[in-house]
Amino acid sequence: MSDAVRITAVRTESHDTKTFEFILNREATPGQFVMIWIPGVDEIPMSLSSVGMIKSITVKAIGDATKAIHKLNEGDLVGVRGPYGNGFSSYDGKRILAVGGGVGTAALMPLIRATGADTIIGARNANEIIMEEETKGHSKNVWISTDDGSRGFKGNAVQLMVEKMSLKKYDLVAACGPEVMLYHLHKACVDAGIECLLSLERFMKCGAGSCGSCVADGMRICADGPVFSKEQVSLLKEFGKFKRDPSGACVKI
Amino acid sequence: MNILKTRVGVLELERPGMVASGIMDETGGSMVRMLRLGAGAVVTKSIGSVKRNGHSNPTFIEFPFGCMNAMGLPNPGIDEFEKEMDEAVKEGTIIGSVFASSSKEFAELAGKMEIYGASAVELNLSCPHAEGYGMEMGTDVNIVHKIVSSVKDAVKIPVHAKLTPNTHILTQIGKAVQDAGGDAVVAINTLRAMSISPEFAKPVLSNRFGGLSGPAVRPVGVRAVYDLRAALDIPVVGVGGISDHKDALEYIMAGASAFQVGSAIGRDINVFDKINNGLESFMREFGYSSIEKMVGVAHE
Repeated sequence: MSDAVRITAVRTESHDTKTFEFILNREATPGQFVMIWIPGVDEIPMSLSSVGMIKSITVKAIGDATKAIHKLNEGDLVGVRGPYGNGFSSYDGKRILAVGGGVGTAALMPLIRATGADTIIGARNANEIIMEEETKGHSKNVWISTDDGSRGFKGNAVQLMVEKMSLKKYDLVAACGPEVMLYHLHKACVDAGIECLLSLERFMKCGAGSCGSCVADGMRICADGPVFSKEQVSLLKEFGKFKRDPSGACVKI
Repeated sequence: MNILKTRVGVLELERPGMVASGIMDETGGSMVRMLRLGAGAVVTKSIGSVKRNGHSNPTFIEFPFGCMNAMGLPNPGIDEFEKEMDEAVKEGTIIGSVFASSSKEFAELAGKMEIYGASAVELNLSCPHAEGYGMEMGTDVNIVHKIVSSVKDAVKIPVHAKLTPNTHILTQIGKAVQDAGGDAVVAINTLRAMSISPEFAKPVLSNRFGGLSGPAVRPVGVRAVYDLRAALDIPVVGVGGISDHKDALEYIMAGASAFQVGSAIGRDINVFDKINNGLESFMREFGYSSIEKMVGVAHE
């Protein structure tokens, strides 16, 4: 179903990232996404950064659609379809390490709120870190990595994850971030023999499992995912290497 | 004995349900997956001569009674599509869907699909949301005749024509396909439709118009198949709003030798298994020994 909802709050998360809240009376689970319509501009998939009655999306201004969303203020309308996708599952009672890269951290927030998981927030530099304070309100351990060392651990989130896993026993890694990060994270989890759930991303049209635009090796990121297990990801030959452009042609990532 | 076996003219199918064009059929991997999940064949996304991105989003809306899309014929182009076909034809029966703006172009595309190993070609004479293509050609008897004739001259594999319900001369279009040597008609494509957002005071789809599919269109499709079966001698393939075996049986009994499933795949990727099991139980209970024995029985 498609709805027009009013933005009820806007929060600045960093120099180029904002969170937009709206009321949507539909059940959603951590890891699900919605299709956000900005009339005259585009409709794009956005992970939910809150999944209660008040829902939110956290948007980094990078393209036409995300820049158009950034212009929205409290009281403005936006189109919403969904929620769609499978979300995170089978995490109850497990010792979880959440690993977010860049704006991908936002997609993990509902899971972090629900579980209080230890969390690694990875960013290119100190200015790109988002949601650190809120995460600290839910998790006992929140660690930061920056590529340039301007905050926390100097290096990437996967390197920090490997270090933390050597110090403490976890049952599950839940991750969302750039595909190159997820590619190495998956490898590290395979090597360590630890279960992982990865939230993947592809260009989407229908978002609802019909059109096949977002497939990787026949798996629909929108409907079979966006969250995939370690074993499922191991079977994706296109993961970390290829994606589909809007025409359906296979292109290198 | 496989009671689900059927055939559309010379095209034999182990199972009667095919994936309709436009759903999970743009990549080799998707097509392989659908065949493994119980589809008797997969009709590819409609492919043209050159790469097209299609319309910009929104391209899709859901309703409680179905869905509407205006994808705008996105496809990577026929040459690029060869590698997807290579992967898919090894796994099972693939029907190559093509769209074009002239009979010559249709013939060239069909010829390439034949070379790529397609078991049949399906001519898209019915897309309701791409200017200069689809139903804009498929509602003219003479143009349809010319396209089907030129494709028949170009290929040896069976030629199916997918028809639009957005016309009052459906059976005349069907006859044009038959007179031109077409091997089967496929009915129906989506119904030309529109949805408006009251809050934004504008059509939701970027293309404004789209095609309605899903449960809402099934009675229209069943009627179309019934009419075509009565008017034609060539086989009919039924499509439009099928999500379970009873829906499929409506089409079969209206006169369809096989059927296609589209929108329902989005809601349930295992829909073919469910339909196949349902059909087998139904046939046992009601004493039908083959699909063929049920084709068109509603006319008797």
